[in-house]
Amino acid sequence: MAGSARALTQRRPLGDRVFQALALVAGLLVLAILVLIAVATTQQSTSWFSHEGITGIFSTTWDPAHNKFGALSFIYGSVVTALIAVVLAVPVSVAVALLLTEVVPYRWARPIVYVIDLLAVVPSVVWGLWGILVFAPWVAPHVYSPVASALKGIPVLGNLFGPSSGGLVSGASFFTAGLILAFMITPIVTSLSREVIATVPDIDREGAYALGATRWEMIRGVVFPHSQGGIVGAVLLGLGRAMGETIAAALVIGSSPVITSHLFSTGYNMPAVIANQFGESSGVFRAALLGLGVLLFVLTIIVNLIARGIVARSMARQRGA
Amino acid sequence: MQPRGRKQVAAGIGGIAALAVAVSLSACSSPSSPSGGNSPTAAPLTGTLNGSGSTFQTTFQQAAISQFKQIQPGMTVNYGGGGSGKGRSDLASGVVNYAGSDSPIPTTEASNFAGKTILYFPVVIGPITMSYNLPNVSNLKLDPTVIANIFQGTITTWNNPAITALNPGVSLPSTPITTVVRADSSGTTANFSLFLQTAEPSVWKLGSSSTISWPHSARAAQGNSGIAQVIKSTQGAIGYVDYADAKASGLTFASVKNSSGNFIAPSPASASASAAGVTVNPDLTFHAVWGSGAQAYPITYQSWILVNAKQPNANDAKMLQAYIGYLLGDGQKLLNQLGYATLPASIDQMAKAQLSKITG
Repeated sequence: MAGSARALTQRRPLGDRVFQALALVAGLLVLAILVLIAVATTQQSTSWFSHEGITGIFSTTWDPAHNKFGALSFIYGSVVTALIAVVLAVPVSVAVALLLTEVVPYRWARPIVYVIDLLAVVPSVVWGLWGILVFAPWVAPHVYSPVASALKGIPVLGNLFGPSSGGLVSGASFFTAGLILAFMITPIVTSLSREVIATVPDIDREGAYALGATRWEMIRGVVFPHSQGGIVGAVLLGLGRAMGETIAAALVIGSSPVITSHLFSTGYNMPAVIANQFGESSGVFRAALLGLGVLLFVLTIIVNLIARGIVARSMARQRGA
Repeated sequence: MQPRGRKQVAAGIGGIAALAVAVSLSACSSPSSPSGGNSPTAAPLTGTLNGSGSTFQTTFQQAAISQFKQIQPGMTVNYGGGGSGKGRSDLASGVVNYAGSDSPIPTTEASNFAGKTILYFPVVIGPITMSYNLPNVSNLKLDPTVIANIFQGTITTWNNPAITALNPGVSLPSTPITTVVRADSSGTTANFSLFLQTAEPSVWKLGSSSTISWPHSARAAQGNSGIAQVIKSTQGAIGYVDYADAKASGLTFASVKNSSGNFIAPSPASASASAAGVTVNPDLTFHAVWGSGAQAYPITYQSWILVNAKQPNANDAKMLQAYIGYLLGDGQKLLNQLGYATLPASIDQMAKAQLSKITG
């Protein structure tokens, strides 16, 4: 109370200057934390980089008992599961976003939005436990096995979905992990897409209708071109989330470091191996796990930078329009 | 008015629950008589001890902490689990007063403890079972060579001649073998692989570590309970599960051939027998696997409490002496019912004698 009374008696810009300083500190703090994490983890993992060298790091052998720490199969697993998640989640998310903005009246859209946002609140460990205890044991005999035997021997599909060791029995596989990640990123991609689509000016929509466009033609001709950049940004943010998601992936991916085209095979990815093996690690082993964290960090930053760039460009285009 | 009423009810329920716990604990084992006897400091102590590390110890620590509370009501002991590696790094960085570890400090970590004297107190022994799921086969016999070949993926079916030769008169099915291993790094894995490396160095090629590069055909699961669950739901599965979890999940487990050539079933008694036959180093480190003795169960492991010999103050030193003294004394009586094995008397005596080396 005393502070505000004093502020009134002094020059007005003081409050502004204090606010500016606070905001600046907050902003710099975020940056500083990011840099400190990067520096500390890189420092802690230097013994891995010097132990393995570039060829060792990008080799496939991960064998702590013999001091071999190659990361390639984890990088591969991260990319594959994140791609599966995005390929499965994006069409659904965009379709739901269009449903909410273009099809369903506003007062009905709100409860649907609440339900979708609730999906984002489900903790990842719950997704993982549901995945490994309920989903995987069901999907392996009912979906994976029939699909695998049907597609066996067909050139490309057979290589992707044909019979393989591991996943067909337990259900824990690249594909299950990708699917669970897809469930997890759907809310964020839907929500961002919806916001972007909602910025399409009504006058453009009405213009399209006035020219005799059907609803689908209007969506294709007006909504998509207008919100394309924003949707791509949403997708890349979802991709970043899918790559970093740890505990759900650790539970359902099968924890076996391999590189294979078979998506129903057990696999491994970077966050999962860090979560699984950190507790008992030491020396170069621990450095290698921290190094995986650095690689993941770099990969996620690249994806996020691309996402920001695309979003910024689409914003600029919208302002121009 | 209303919130206060609710709070009182909640406090009442809490009190009843605490009472019930106290009653049930003293009912299942009654060492709560004040004649603690072995503890060198009977004087009441106040303060907090924090520990973390070995998850193998967690059940024991929790039971011991609640019993110890009756002897030293002024002391609060917390045990966080998290894995042996975490315990050792927490101890090195001074986050905790004591660490639980299933292995001695590896050479790669020695630099973290430079200039400090770390004392090892063995507190618990336990068998690792070879649990399996084969209907109608109740007393399977295995030897280290066969176990090594199963987990390396060179023996793939249950009616393999190497297994049938060990089990005359038992009809083994042609079911494929599913090996179940730990997805998370673990002291159980470290000691199981150490057993195979010690017993069959020429056969076992996968080394000994908390994480093993298993064949791709192995199924990975989280924790002892995760492995137990997979074995239970998979016909033809075999995995290494610590005794307490195997018992709790109702699994069937094999007898394993020991260094004297006898097939021994895992039990607290046979695990203690294995530990009794090992050579103990002056710093009280040892490996209980592949112990000698006719009745020794060969896949037996151990866990230590690690503390700094030099404590920052006299009170911390006294509290550690009191708590570890309890674990080595009356605490040992809790072990059998929890699925662990007690320390052999010789090792227990050596550990107690070392308590005085903790100084403030």
